[in-house]
Amino acid sequence: MSETKPAARPLSPHLQIYRPMLTMMMSILHRITGAALYAGILLLIWWLVAAARSDTAFDTAQAFFGHWFGRIVLFGFSWALIHHALGGLRHLLWDTGRGFDLKTVEWLARANLIGAIALTILLWVIGYGVMP
Amino acid sequence: MSMRTPLSRARGLGSARTGTEHWWLQRVTAIANLPLVLFMIGFVVAHLGATRAELAASVHHPIVAILLAAAFLSVLWHMRLGMQVIIEDYVHTPALKLAALLFNTFFTLLLGVAALYAIITMALGT
Repeated sequence: MSETKPAARPLSPHLQIYRPMLTMMMSILHRITGAALYAGILLLIWWLVAAARSDTAFDTAQAFFGHWFGRIVLFGFSWALIHHALGGLRHLLWDTGRGFDLKTVEWLARANLIGAIALTILLWVIGYGVMP
Repeated sequence: MSMRTPLSRARGLGSARTGTEHWWLQRVTAIANLPLVLFMIGFVVAHLGATRAELAASVHHPIVAILLAAAFLSVLWHMRLGMQVIIEDYVHTPALKLAALLFNTFFTLLLGVAALYAIITMALGT
């Protein structure tokens, strides 16, 4: 008869063991922004369905997006989208087997973080510029 | 106390042999998302403050309608794959995991149908 009780093996070190590092935070942020976008796409679909439905529905949606609170939500949504897209570009680069040395990895993390904020602000400057 | 050996208990609980396909589809949809989402952002920016009629008139154009529909399908597919990984990483109670995975599939499918409904309505509207 063989042993059926699981052996008490040591566990591998987990999150609380490691010092937080930029690359690790960026990995977590990529997942968080992905999950946020999962909910955020509802805004876009609400906007289109409302436009397809009726004037009242469309006005309600537009009122929300025009409100300061709606604007903040949209700002966060657009940042998450851009951040996740740039993060995705990093992953696609890594998939080719390139960009794994520490210097490049550090640089990519910074470029992703700063680039996403810069592009989001640029997008909103353009947005406010074209809005009648 | 189980009478089965550890090997027999572990058998059949291994990989479902769909990991590579999942990983690959995540990449395929990611690559498709890049130009399609760029188009989507452009579309939204171009219609800031637009009236309902103006928006509908734009979606009436076949290229706009097709690209918007493609964007939603690719993004929602990507979303479903990504959320599936998150659920499998964090939800370990079998019943809850099954419920979450089912919700993930139904939610993304429902959103896809809703988006297509809106696009088709405006594309075919007069």
